[in-house]
Amino acid sequence: MIELLGVSKRFLDNIVLDGVSLEVQDGETLALLGPSGVGKSVTLKTINGLLRPDAGDVIVDGLHVPRLSRAELSHLRSKIGYVFQYGALFDSMNVRENIRLGITNEDLYEDEAYCAERVRECLRLVNLQPEVAEKMPAELSGGMKKRVGIARAIAGKPKYLLYDEPTSGLDPVNADVIDGLVERLRDELGVTSVVVSHDVRGSFRVADRVALLWQAKIRAVGTPEEVLASRDPAVLQFLERDLEMSLIQAESTAEQKSGS
Amino acid sequence: MVQEAELTLDLRRLVGRWSLRAAGHAGRFTFLLLDLLRGLTEWRVYVPRAFEQALSVGYGSIFIVLLVAGFAGAVTSLQAGYQFTGSVPLYIYGTVIVESIILELGPVLTGLILAGRVGARYAAELGTMRVTEQIDALESLGRSPVSHLILPRVLAGLVVIPALTMFANVTGFFSGWVALKASIGITNADFIYGARYYFRPFDLWYSMTKAVFFAAAVTLIPCYIGYNTQQGAEGVGRSTTMAVVAASVTILFLDTLLAQLLLNH
Repeated sequence: MIELLGVSKRFLDNIVLDGVSLEVQDGETLALLGPSGVGKSVTLKTINGLLRPDAGDVIVDGLHVPRLSRAELSHLRSKIGYVFQYGALFDSMNVRENIRLGITNEDLYEDEAYCAERVRECLRLVNLQPEVAEKMPAELSGGMKKRVGIARAIAGKPKYLLYDEPTSGLDPVNADVIDGLVERLRDELGVTSVVVSHDVRGSFRVADRVALLWQAKIRAVGTPEEVLASRDPAVLQFLERDLEMSLIQAESTAEQKSGS
Repeated sequence: MVQEAELTLDLRRLVGRWSLRAAGHAGRFTFLLLDLLRGLTEWRVYVPRAFEQALSVGYGSIFIVLLVAGFAGAVTSLQAGYQFTGSVPLYIYGTVIVESIILELGPVLTGLILAGRVGARYAAELGTMRVTEQIDALESLGRSPVSHLILPRVLAGLVVIPALTMFANVTGFFSGWVALKASIGITNADFIYGARYYFRPFDLWYSMTKAVFFAAAVTLIPCYIGYNTQQGAEGVGRSTTMAVVAASVTILFLDTLLAQLLLNH
């Protein structure tokens, strides 16, 4: 289980998180929604200890993350897969080596046969051909980079998966593919997931519960149906804005199709 | 009166801000050094990567290092010829060339060239990895960025830069010899006699010691600056420039300090 208890974080004068409390049950997928720059990624980074909160506590798997020693944190991180917004693949390594680095058990990491099999398995899980393993990140499209990023995150068989804007910068078709992948990994691997996004449609598709981060605070939490039914002006404003974006994207796609 | 008070206050704030920033850098740099020491146990991680880095730094830099050393030796010979002709015995030219190259030009020029070439590369690589979240990705996988990224680069530099300095010394020596033969017609016997007359084995140790210190400056400072890069592409550019300037100034400072400590006591 992941718990955030009154987490606050500021960068100089900018208050990014102000007493944020959240709970993600085992096996659950929570989508954390909010406009760009509202602190969604910061929330995610406090969960795996990449950022230390100024106040409050973060508890993952029963461990108080801000109080962990370096070795304890490293051990906890081996149970948490993190999918970065732009993949964050290592430029100097090919896809196979990138995914292999995700195998966090050192004994297994040294086992060449296990690693080769695990890389193949992870590529299959993210719908990529085995030949992709020998490509360099620069040779991949944006959608493929994200999928390799997901493959690396699941290579160590994590208990938790944190997705940072998995569909941002992708066209609707590729965004759907990634959303489908998030759903599939939840069903096949049974992981507890937190998906940070500003894409309402995709988040409602993949999440069991949705939380809206608005002006450094959690403004709404609930099932997609409960959030949709909310009369909170901030929730309505955010949902309407996303709906407009969806319409614009749909029109643009339709125009491209008719043009071609 | 009021203006004077405001000026004093501004000055105090400025000094205070700079002191805090300097203390912050000193603290973070110390932690980086401690992390490097701690990372030494993870030899399975950094040894293969250090080997790759060493090959890259060595092969990539040897041409420019030898070129500069060659010209430095030749120019030193030609200027010595211009200044001393007729006033000192010919064998003294051999002494001037050997001592100038080994004690000063070889290590310092190599250090400054590599501060630009290797230092800029390290800062840009690590800075880019920082702003594209690759360093965060390593940490999120429970792996140490220090062992994977910084330790291999520092170790590679500490091994390769002194070796390059020795190659530079040899190249400068021979190019100086050839230039002297061509310009003032010194005989081989005179040159060798002069080169050996004032030479002490300690000179080579001094040259090597300087090279090791310069290697530390060329690797540690850019790695530290690149590792702490912020604010996107602009930040990478700023880090790269700052790394080259800081490493170069540190080399000149160390050059003076080591001369005082090792030659003048």
